Amino acid sequence: MSAPNKSGWKPTAPEKIASANGTGKHGGPPTTTGNYALMLEEKLIFEIGTTDTTGVDLPEINSDAANRLGGMARDKEFGLAGLSEPETVRHYTRLSRQNYAIDLGLFPLGSCTMKHNPRLNEKVARMPGFADVHPLQPVDTVRGALEVINELAVWLIKLTGMKGVAMSPKAGAHGELCGILCIRAALEARGDAREVILVPESAHGTNPATAAFAGYRVEDIPATAEGRVDLEALKKRLGPDVAGVMITNPNTCGLFEPDMKAISDAVHDAGGFVYCDGANFNAIVGKVRPGDLGVDAMHINLHKTFSTPHGGGGPGSGPVVLSEALCPYGPLPFTARTKDGVVHLVEEENADAFDHKEAFGRMTAFHGQMGMFTRALTYMLSHGADGLKQVAEDAVLNANYILRAMEDVLHAPYAASGPCMHEALFGDAGFGEGLSTLDLAKGMIDEGYHPMTMYFPLVVHGAMLVEPTETESKAALDQFITAFRSVALRAKAGDDTLATAPHYAPRSRLDETLAARKPLLGFTAAE
Amino acid sequence: MAIAIPKFIGMTKVDNMRYLPLTDNDRSEMLETIGASSVDDLFVDVPEAARLNGPIQSLPMHASEMAVEKHMRTLSKKNLAAADAAFFLGAGAYRHHVPASVDHIIQRGEFLTAYTPYQPEIAQGTLQMLFEFQSQVARLYGCAVANASMYDGSTACWEAVAMAGRVTRRKRAVISGALHPHYTEVVKTMAKFTGDTIADAMPSIDAQPDNAGLIARIDEDTSCVVVQYPDILGRLPNLEEIAEAAHAKGALLIAVNTEPVALGAIKSPGELGADIVVGEGQSIGVGLQFGGPYLGLFAVRDKKHVRQMPGRLCGETVDADGKRGFVLTLSTREQHIRREKATSNICTNSGLCALAFSVHMTLLGEKGMRQLAAENHRLACIAADKLAAVPGVAILNNSFFNEFTVLLDGDARAITRELSMEGILAGVSLGRLYPQVDEFSRGLLVAVTETTTEEDIEALCSALKGKLS
Repeated sequence: MSAPNKSGWKPTAPEKIASANGTGKHGGPPTTTGNYALMLEEKLIFEIGTTDTTGVDLPEINSDAANRLGGMARDKEFGLAGLSEPETVRHYTRLSRQNYAIDLGLFPLGSCTMKHNPRLNEKVARMPGFADVHPLQPVDTVRGALEVINELAVWLIKLTGMKGVAMSPKAGAHGELCGILCIRAALEARGDAREVILVPESAHGTNPATAAFAGYRVEDIPATAEGRVDLEALKKRLGPDVAGVMITNPNTCGLFEPDMKAISDAVHDAGGFVYCDGANFNAIVGKVRPGDLGVDAMHINLHKTFSTPHGGGGPGSGPVVLSEALCPYGPLPFTARTKDGVVHLVEEENADAFDHKEAFGRMTAFHGQMGMFTRALTYMLSHGADGLKQVAEDAVLNANYILRAMEDVLHAPYAASGPCMHEALFGDAGFGEGLSTLDLAKGMIDEGYHPMTMYFPLVVHGAMLVEPTETESKAALDQFITAFRSVALRAKAGDDTLATAPHYAPRSRLDETLAARKPLLGFTAAE
Repeated sequence: MAIAIPKFIGMTKVDNMRYLPLTDNDRSEMLETIGASSVDDLFVDVPEAARLNGPIQSLPMHASEMAVEKHMRTLSKKNLAAADAAFFLGAGAYRHHVPASVDHIIQRGEFLTAYTPYQPEIAQGTLQMLFEFQSQVARLYGCAVANASMYDGSTACWEAVAMAGRVTRRKRAVISGALHPHYTEVVKTMAKFTGDTIADAMPSIDAQPDNAGLIARIDEDTSCVVVQYPDILGRLPNLEEIAEAAHAKGALLIAVNTEPVALGAIKSPGELGADIVVGEGQSIGVGLQFGGPYLGLFAVRDKKHVRQMPGRLCGETVDADGKRGFVLTLSTREQHIRREKATSNICTNSGLCALAFSVHMTLLGEKGMRQLAAENHRLACIAADKLAAVPGVAILNNSFFNEFTVLLDGDARAITRELSMEGILAGVSLGRLYPQVDEFSRGLLVAVTETTTEEDIEALCSALKGKLS
């Protein structure tokens, strides 16, 4: 070996030493890299990769090969940066560490049901017979997949006490649309053009958006001071122009609608239909069947009640259970089991044979979210009928535990009227000057929690909706309550350090106004 | 609807419910704190008559992880997995090799079990990924801006038609006959409820797409022209002349792509003048999964249309310390703010599928994307030549990328069913896609990807020889 570093090589980058002045994280000195131990900054792919780098091993292109692209061959670069495999894994692993997740802690997001995602579900969804089959294979080669869809359909029907289920909707809002379109198809079939859908002010935004899409005018359903539908006012509004109502039960204040059956009867008497938003089904699964309350259509978020992962914003899955009156109008395709035990795929060509020629159409190219069906069925089989009932009971118990542990420090508008269901609702009354629900939420981030749902429902000022779910232990709840109480007390005491929280997250508060005023929606090289 | 599910699917009833951490002791303590004598006290608002007294009858009780896995494996084995066959299906869903690291990354709990990034300070991982994803899709499509994804290609296609109506204030969409028939069906279904007019057509079974016929259908009331590229028969229409014709009448061109790998070899729809580009992203990173979850891609060529886009958008901004960060933005278009005035009722995107797409695309990069496309096209050319040499088989297409239409001297649907019993999944017959059209019964769509081997191609040719002689 020759003498080391004979050429006198030095790094080309200029020396950069963090200033000893100023402070970095946690009151310590700043660092040269901007990293703080395990809190690592990560650039964009386009800043670290090149168009010549690839992490896959494919054959070189033979540029002399003839092509049959009919004159459409690409001749321009499109500027897609690539990374090698080690760089790719590191890039995404670093990014992942900037996320909060259920796997890290309690995720009390009201109305979103962030429960534990069992890993058996993931294993099953990846079995080759489910993951590696094409939606248009000859049906005799996919009978097992059709059986999964059918078996899940039977579970959903039995758990809800309904007559049938449309399996294809891709998410909750897609399911809402499916249900409302069934209602419209049923009304049109009897030559009854109605114009209005009634939706309470406390509803999810998707409800009015869905009704409007389906061509209906949206009107409010009045609520009582106790946070429930005002039955008498509703009855007065019902009439021949009302196609139906969209009600969330348990509602978005976390309360069960005790008059649900009377509401349904009144709507039916007036010739309308009842749509129930099933987002909060986790509170009542195995305890009450919506079919027994007169509901005509309800979507079920498999990614809420039945534990399929939220994945940072989807994919969801929103099958819609239907009453006898709406069943004939459900969309294609779906599955049906005949007496010989064979599960069939029912599409446009054989809808007649399955007595379904009134189907309102098709909502998606294929059969729905198969990857979510396998996960949800795995979860149902794991829990069983007894376990699912326990799920609802524990979810409701956990929420009430939080409600009672907090009501002396936070305004709980409906606490006096009785227990809540699976989520506890609080308001911002009594907060110190200049502090808001947003500030409390950001304070919870510093305590190591994802904030609760904020400013929803709209009917409570500065609303905070807390849904712990059944997959939290008592110790986890107690720790959460301790943190929640302390931040709530700081908010009431006017602690202005909350106004600049979070202090310990990968980012401090982000400028959302700037993002909307000067939208920068993709990477552009330095301008 | 009856289904036989055994009471317990395992050998014996198990004691523990493994996903429920509360003990009976915890439950009693908590009830005491709440001041309730039993859990039923908490369900007091549920009318007595509607309350169920015990577990729902005729459903099984809880079961062990081992027993559930066994039950699901049995169902899984009743399907013929693509890997166990010579496989040639496409028609909107393609089988590609997905690098092992993709599935590893999407199973990281921080991605898998995160919510929609509404709290950006603790969701920068998801947000930066979405920003990168939007950038990748926009570049691939030759567009200015892509959104953070839709449910799938077919629903994205409808959303594009609805958006074109908002932009042009017209209500008549002209649909190419060579758009995937299921996509057409979705568009027609939705339009029934919005009052849009959908002018659709059947595909012409010719070597070239019928651009002239399509252009002749565009008029002054047309909001948009919807063209698939490559089309349902695998042909490559020249989008440029359709774009010119549409723009001359004040209509938008919507290009639909169901095979993004093709864009590694052919010109992007944006550079050919498409105004809205939508498609299915499943080919890259997501897998077949019997049709879902898939990944709807949605992009606009011109920034001026951004505020009419449906779905979530991620944008760059800074935090209070001036550091770059990302947020969901322009949400005044969306249902949770605008309610009945939103551009769409969509809430969810396909976040985890977008992650899979983005990781795979990062591994590919420009170089890998071009190589992957070239390899698909090379193998498809070999398959087309070999099939053309089989007596009773004729290739329809003049142009194709990795999928083409063959015409068989026989009923293609019946033949694909027979071949599937021999472990050959020969393709998607036109009879499956257009069961009502007898003249299409000879047609078979054959897709070839980098996962197809020359042995698979030989097996298909010799099996067809056997059936057609």
